[in-house]
Amino acid sequence: MARRPLVKNFTKGACCGHPSFHIEPLGIFPDPMSEPTVAPAATDAKPSVEMVNVQVDGVWMKFPKGMRMIKALEEAAKVIPHYCYHPKLSSPGNCRMCLVEMGMPSRPAPGQSEPEKDEHGFAKIQWIPRPAISCANTISEGMGIRTASTMVEEVRKGVMEFLLINHPLDCPICDQAGECRLQEFSVGFGRGQSRFQDEKVHKPKNQDIGARIVLDDERCIMCSRCVRFSSEIADEDVLGFTERGSQTVLTTHPGQRLDHNYSLNTVDICPVGALTSKDFRFQMRVWFLKETPSVCTGCARGCNTEIGSREGVIYRQTPRQNDDVNSTWMCDQGRLDFHWVNSDRRLIDPMLKDGAHHRTTTWPQAVSAVADKLRGLRGDQIAIIGSGRMTNEELFMLKKLAAALKTESLDIVPRTGAADNYLVSADRNPNTAGAGLIFCDRPGSTLATIRQKVASGEIKAVIAWRENLLEQAGFTVEELSQLEVLVAAHVMANAMAELAHVVLPTAAWSEKRGSMINATGRLQRLNKASEPPGNARDDWEVLRDLTQALTGTNGLYLVEDVFKSMATEIPELGGLSLGKIGEAGLPLLPSSEVIPLLHREADRKTRGIIVG
Amino acid sequence: MDWLSFTLITTLIKIVGLCFVAILGLVSYTVYAERRVSAIIQDRVGPNRVGLPLTLLGFKKDVSFLGLFQPLADGIKFILKEDFTPAHVKKFYFWLAPALCLVPALLTCAVLPFGSSITIPWNGSERTIPLVIANLNVGPLFVFAIASLGVYGIVLAGWSSNSKYPFFGSVRSTSQMISYEISLGLSLVPVLLVMGELNLVTISQQQSEHGWNLLPYSLRDGFDLNRWLLLIPLGLAFVTFVIAMFAETNRLPFDLPECETELVGGYHTEYSSMKFALFFMGEYAAMIVGSGITVTLFLGGWSLPLGLDNYLPKGTVWVGLLHTAVFFSKLIAFLIFFIWVRWTLPRFRYDQLMRLGWIWMFEICLANVLLTAGILWYIS
Amino acid sequence: MATKLLKRPKLTFGEKIYLPAIAKGLIITLGHAVRTFLQINAKKPKFTMEYPEEKWDAQLPDYYRGAPALVTDEHGRERCVSCQLCEFICPPRAITITPGELPKDDAFAKVEKAPREFKIDMIRCIYCGMCEEVCPEQAIFLRKDYAITGTSRAEMVHDKTRLYEIGGIRTGLVNKWNDLK
Ligand code: SF4
Ligand code: SF4
Ligand code: SF4
Ligand code: SF4
Ligand code: FES
Repeated sequence: MARRPLVKNFTKGACCGHPSFHIEPLGIFPDPMSEPTVAPAATDAKPSVEMVNVQVDGVWMKFPKGMRMIKALEEAAKVIPHYCYHPKLSSPGNCRMCLVEMGMPSRPAPGQSEPEKDEHGFAKIQWIPRPAISCANTISEGMGIRTASTMVEEVRKGVMEFLLINHPLDCPICDQAGECRLQEFSVGFGRGQSRFQDEKVHKPKNQDIGARIVLDDERCIMCSRCVRFSSEIADEDVLGFTERGSQTVLTTHPGQRLDHNYSLNTVDICPVGALTSKDFRFQMRVWFLKETPSVCTGCARGCNTEIGSREGVIYRQTPRQNDDVNSTWMCDQGRLDFHWVNSDRRLIDPMLKDGAHHRTTTWPQAVSAVADKLRGLRGDQIAIIGSGRMTNEELFMLKKLAAALKTESLDIVPRTGAADNYLVSADRNPNTAGAGLIFCDRPGSTLATIRQKVASGEIKAVIAWRENLLEQAGFTVEELSQLEVLVAAHVMANAMAELAHVVLPTAAWSEKRGSMINATGRLQRLNKASEPPGNARDDWEVLRDLTQALTGTNGLYLVEDVFKSMATEIPELGGLSLGKIGEAGLPLLPSSEVIPLLHREADRKTRGIIVG
Repeated sequence: MDWLSFTLITTLIKIVGLCFVAILGLVSYTVYAERRVSAIIQDRVGPNRVGLPLTLLGFKKDVSFLGLFQPLADGIKFILKEDFTPAHVKKFYFWLAPALCLVPALLTCAVLPFGSSITIPWNGSERTIPLVIANLNVGPLFVFAIASLGVYGIVLAGWSSNSKYPFFGSVRSTSQMISYEISLGLSLVPVLLVMGELNLVTISQQQSEHGWNLLPYSLRDGFDLNRWLLLIPLGLAFVTFVIAMFAETNRLPFDLPECETELVGGYHTEYSSMKFALFFMGEYAAMIVGSGITVTLFLGGWSLPLGLDNYLPKGTVWVGLLHTAVFFSKLIAFLIFFIWVRWTLPRFRYDQLMRLGWIWMFEICLANVLLTAGILWYIS
Repeated sequence: MATKLLKRPKLTFGEKIYLPAIAKGLIITLGHAVRTFLQINAKKPKFTMEYPEEKWDAQLPDYYRGAPALVTDEHGRERCVSCQLCEFICPPRAITITPGELPKDDAFAKVEKAPREFKIDMIRCIYCGMCEEVCPEQAIFLRKDYAITGTSRAEMVHDKTRLYEIGGIRTGLVNKWNDLK
């Protein structure tokens, strides 16, 4: 079975997500964690690592010494159900779902120097009558593992039954339904019926434990993933368990709330519906969502994401694993920054200013109006201000427009904030690196000069693409009002659009395909999750039409073609295409930036705390 | 001048009377008959309600007339329905196709002799009106030429709809029509050989005098063994012609272009309202014209059986009208046969259809031509 | 299941040319036609009812599949929790649900969820009953209403109010949200 090279977010079942559509008992949970990248072939890759022989379900295989059992089984393409284990977190081994049957090589019988051998020449395995958890044990030479024996099946059934004893029959109202590990594993490995006669233990439901999180304790299976995430990754030890036995409940420490900027990751890793996101809660069932791999544009980190949309409406955004960018996490701020895409304030028609007011018009008219207005001006009377939120393709087309207008006053508007010690980058423009490579030499450096020239009247026309110059760039209303021509391309209505002579509505990041380069110089790709509303159009198409109206040439019809022609002009992109970028992106530019979160993760991995 | 205006007026009357009143009227009542006959075949009742809505005018009861006003209601419904043109179609052709389907079917009836002739006084002199719109001496050829244009309507409908089921339907229809047109043409050759004539008026006339092709006995001529011998190829020609006719008009058991179970509605899936109605009418009109040709060629056209016409005065108005009535009775009987077959036989599979067309029908028709020629040679 | 091989029967020439079989078929259908024709003439057709004067409403079986509708139970609770499974299963996609959250002070706040809007487009509905079958809450049932008419498309879309109106109160259902259970 072909597996996707990159995995999505952790706890979200990678399969179709509808509870009743799982037919095969195995292979139905293509566990995102269990990406069997290259199975035992790891041997060839790193010959320096010491390899050990392990028998998995009767087949002898080689794995690097010291590997976690669950990881080795993953690489052997075995499906091991598990709840508490998470490759990026420590393994407490408390859910017991990952039990397997284990055996050790027999020792020589008394009087013999060699142990008895099997037909492959390995020592015969003595099976241990007690199952072992695979998430916390490591493999060793001559070891045997059975993942499908009767004993394993029985213990899985048993563990599932215990987990479900007090679990409420909440699935119809539970947000996790459809991507719930408890549902999936009880279909795959459970008994199918309850033998429990007594009243279930009732625990607090619907508790507000954080600004963005709701906790339902009845559904919690005490896997402690959320607890470990908060303390190990987010360094805010706010969650813990109280009471004992069946009465155990997850709760926040007195006086504390789960409010940190990475809190929604706990919702992702919670294998059940105990932690739910206030933002996504009860908005849409997950099985309706179309999942589009994309990239967050909240800052220069460029966390890999998956956009969940239905019928053109985005309902949520979740992190997608990329161990070179965001591991499996993303910040709450970036994750929730999508509601404006479906807002009423979107611009949906091109507009021309008629006296004091704007009137809607058609694209051909808007484009020719811009061309007419600019035609009479010299190159040095025109400035073009782009945005670090534009894709490479758009910046490239904007550069082409600049060439057609013969202007050299080009820049983007820088946007900065404080970096946190995790993922968020100080540069809040997602594509500053791309702008530097394609559009202008040192992004942000000439903006002040342009502003001066606008103030002095030297520059008579400004084309502002996707930037509200009043806000970020510090232009004043007077400066912009004295311009002869102000063309503004925007996604949302804003104060600057009010001043513009021509307003061009364009597409949000989720409504287009294109590439961006993040702070670590990685080339990544955005994909289209939905269509732009109304008559709004993809930016690069509008730019192409403008250039065409001014020069009368240009034969680009696909964004892929834009990339192609960009690849011929920019040496760094030589030989690449949009398709070749892939969902995981490609390292492109050298960079010395260290991602704090990944740095610590690597450290924990070398120390053997996490599998990684 | 006088002659010209007379011809113009009578022709116009004939055109309007035949094409629009008789054929279109027949179309709507064939549909009604189809529904009632299918109903009784399936132990149902069928549409028996639409009549005069007298209760609207304050009367106690509506008059239902056995539902005879159903076609009227259908027509009104068709006109009032939302006429929907999907966004993805090729508009011009999409609009053209229904017309292309109906017009050829109506055109072909121009050569159908629907009665003998009527003589009436005009401006002091007696004038004879032949009861046919165009007295062409290549009647059947004209019919084939025009009727095969109907396939353009179907092809255009399927192609311009820009959607899979219509497309399949029209492709099927095209190959079906082409395949069966050959048998259709060939199966007529024996008749034309026997009659030595291509003019449908003359063919009808001869049958009225000497007995029908399928009932070669006339009281005046008496028994003629040779003609009964010719009944063998003529009977065969009749069977093959009727089968090919069914295939040409896309009627069950050959309605693969629009078979609902596979193709939703076939080539007219994307059509609604009056545009759909045009297809519908085109189909039934084709069926009516087809029956007309069959009746004319094999069942004596407007003539009475056994050469009884020889004893009737020629050209009088009432005889002309009697002949017209006879023609339409035969036509209607044949239409009912069409309907009856439709509700009896299951649909062919496509490969069976093609096999029947090319391996059986085509060969049999060819052989039949040789057989006829042989018999004619033997007789002479 | 054992496979049984059946031989195609060998057809005689008479059978192969089909015409006798066709004739036989025509006679059978003619027989039906004549019989029914006579029945209609005698004004007592065997199977047909003259709707709307005669109706079968009294005899409609309990499993009759008329218009789908939402039901309330004897506690006055709207049973639907907007799980959207019916929306998912509905073959012609007739159902559109906008899920919503119950207010915290609701008597059944425990249930948390209820539909904010629930629409069934009766132009699309094919009365298949899948929604009833899939519903984990026994909240949607196909009732005996079969004469669903309207003069506009909008009128044919049943909204939540209309659906509860058709559905009415249904007793004796499983009450899994009762604390006793
Ligand atoms: S809330 Fe979820 S992640 Fe946290 S312990 Fe419970 S089941 Fe595990
Ligand atoms: S760290 Fe930056 S890129 Fe990542 S989710 Fe947050 S805002 Fe988006
Ligand atoms: S009866 Fe069938 S078609 Fe109608 S709403 Fe229910 S699932 Fe949909
Ligand atoms: S399946 Fe039942 S509970 Fe779920 S949304 Fe439909 S009617 Fe409501
Ligand atoms: S996954 Fe191994 S004990 Fe939970």
